Amino acid sequence: MASLSELTHKIRSKNAGPFWVTIDLFCGYDAHYKRVRDGLTLPVIARCILIPENLVKRFEIDNLKVIKVSFQRKHFQGSRLDRDMHGAQFAFLLEQLQID
Amino acid sequence: MTKSTKILVPSGVLGLGFSEDALIQGLKRQPDIISIDGGSTDSGPFYLGMGVSKYSLEVCEAEWHLLMQARHDNKIPLVIGSCGTCGVNAGVDMMFDMTVRIAKKLGHSVKIARIYCERERSEFQIALSENRIKPLEPAPQITQDSLSKITHIVSSAGVEPIQKAMEAGADVILVGRATDTALIAALPLLNNAHKGASWHAAKIAECGAFCSTNPSSGVIFVEVDETGFTVEAMAQNALCTPETVAAHMLYENADPFILLEPGGHLDVTDATYTALDARRVRVEGSHWHSSDTYTVKLEAAKLSGYQTTLLTIVREPNYVAHIDDWIEKLSRICNTKIKQSMTNSKSTHSIDFRVIGKNAVLGELEFSESLAPELGVLVIVTADSQGEADDIAMLINPYLLHLPLSEDEPIPTTAFAYSPANSSRGAFFEFALNHIMKLDKPCDGFPLIIDEV
Repeated sequence: MASLSELTHKIRSKNAGPFWVTIDLFCGYDAHYKRVRDGLTLPVIARCILIPENLVKRFEIDNLKVIKVSFQRKHFQGSRLDRDMHGAQFAFLLEQLQID
Repeated sequence: MTKSTKILVPSGVLGLGFSEDALIQGLKRQPDIISIDGGSTDSGPFYLGMGVSKYSLEVCEAEWHLLMQARHDNKIPLVIGSCGTCGVNAGVDMMFDMTVRIAKKLGHSVKIARIYCERERSEFQIALSENRIKPLEPAPQITQDSLSKITHIVSSAGVEPIQKAMEAGADVILVGRATDTALIAALPLLNNAHKGASWHAAKIAECGAFCSTNPSSGVIFVEVDETGFTVEAMAQNALCTPETVAAHMLYENADPFILLEPGGHLDVTDATYTALDARRVRVEGSHWHSSDTYTVKLEAAKLSGYQTTLLTIVREPNYVAHIDDWIEKLSRICNTKIKQSMTNSKSTHSIDFRVIGKNAVLGELEFSESLAPELGVLVIVTADSQGEADDIAMLINPYLLHLPLSEDEPIPTTAFAYSPANSSRGAFFEFALNHIMKLDKPCDGFPLIIDEV
């Protein structure tokens, strides 16, 4: 097992318009990319961010060795219960996630 | 062979700053146009709700002055979109007044085009009844109540209204809300450059130097031709590499390959990014797919109440250790008191307690068990009127300061950072639309006004 922070150069989280958050995981090395690609599955992501799988999109960008995760915000940007206007702190949630 | 189109983008948004040296470097490349964005929804619904700008107008005016001078010296048009952060009509007028002021100061004769993008609520309701409004995923519910509380609706202009101003010979083009990319793609598309390359270049350059190794340096230069585009950062200490350029396609985009725009979509699945040298990247292979119907994206903000906040800091170790119990008791007592003392209230008020140092940001998702020596308690009160939000906050105030954990202990005193502890925040807004609207013609509802000053 290893944490995603150990398997990436950088994890970047950002709002993509008021209704989505998108997280880019830059893996850098082929070996790390393959591990993240195989280990960070849709169910694993959904459990980590507590968002139903059908509201999450996952992309593999081989040439950049990037896994991208986009999900619909539980609370829209700036709404009463939103806690993070720009959605950037989800990166730290993923950093500690352990995968095989 | 058609001539290539050269676009200089000074920064991601007017007001954010850019390197003047880099701007001069960019102007030496003899660009055909200077394009800059003026805003976005990035900072939340307040700006659209109020119809006001996020950036200091003084800072914007100083930057606009430099760009007006550059436009004049190089005899090229200058275009800005999403005027005044949110792109309402007042934002366009604000930029118009600023442009006139600077033109007079500099002694320039300028043909100024204004493109308005705000939609009346009645126009929206007609479109709704004609089935021309479609939700994107996820979209807020449109109800009579939400409609009545909407303060501003804007639609994002595509390239066509901007091209109309270009064809009219405008020197300065001030656009209300526009897609970030339309501002940059308008001229190359008008010049018959490669469609996919025009839109893709626009997406890469729309945040200025964010697509380079030095994002804060601002200035980016793109050249679009019949087969692709070339991108280069203008600051000496900024480089565009295939990685930095390709990675920017991911930035703030839910989908890394597809970008929806008025009139179609860009697909970069097959795009190739090649280093021409240490500074420049060549991009080819992107595709534009026109859609059968022409749609524009709508944005709206609605008034959702008024807010008052309180902030205190808890340092007493026992209270830090039992903060959840304390907040639970605080919340219970305050809610009981509000029910007892504000009996006439029909308000739909809410009180949100956020413990800074524990889980204020991630909430139920927080995984860390470690506790800081002190915890901030942020209380956000939202109510139907400012007076009611203030009253509730003032009722909470003494309990936030002095509530004991149990009955048989001395009264504690938490640390208020300032007086008064409650801050009236004014009107509170929420985004009300994530919809597209079908137009018969791309320029419908984007009136163009041209003045010579």
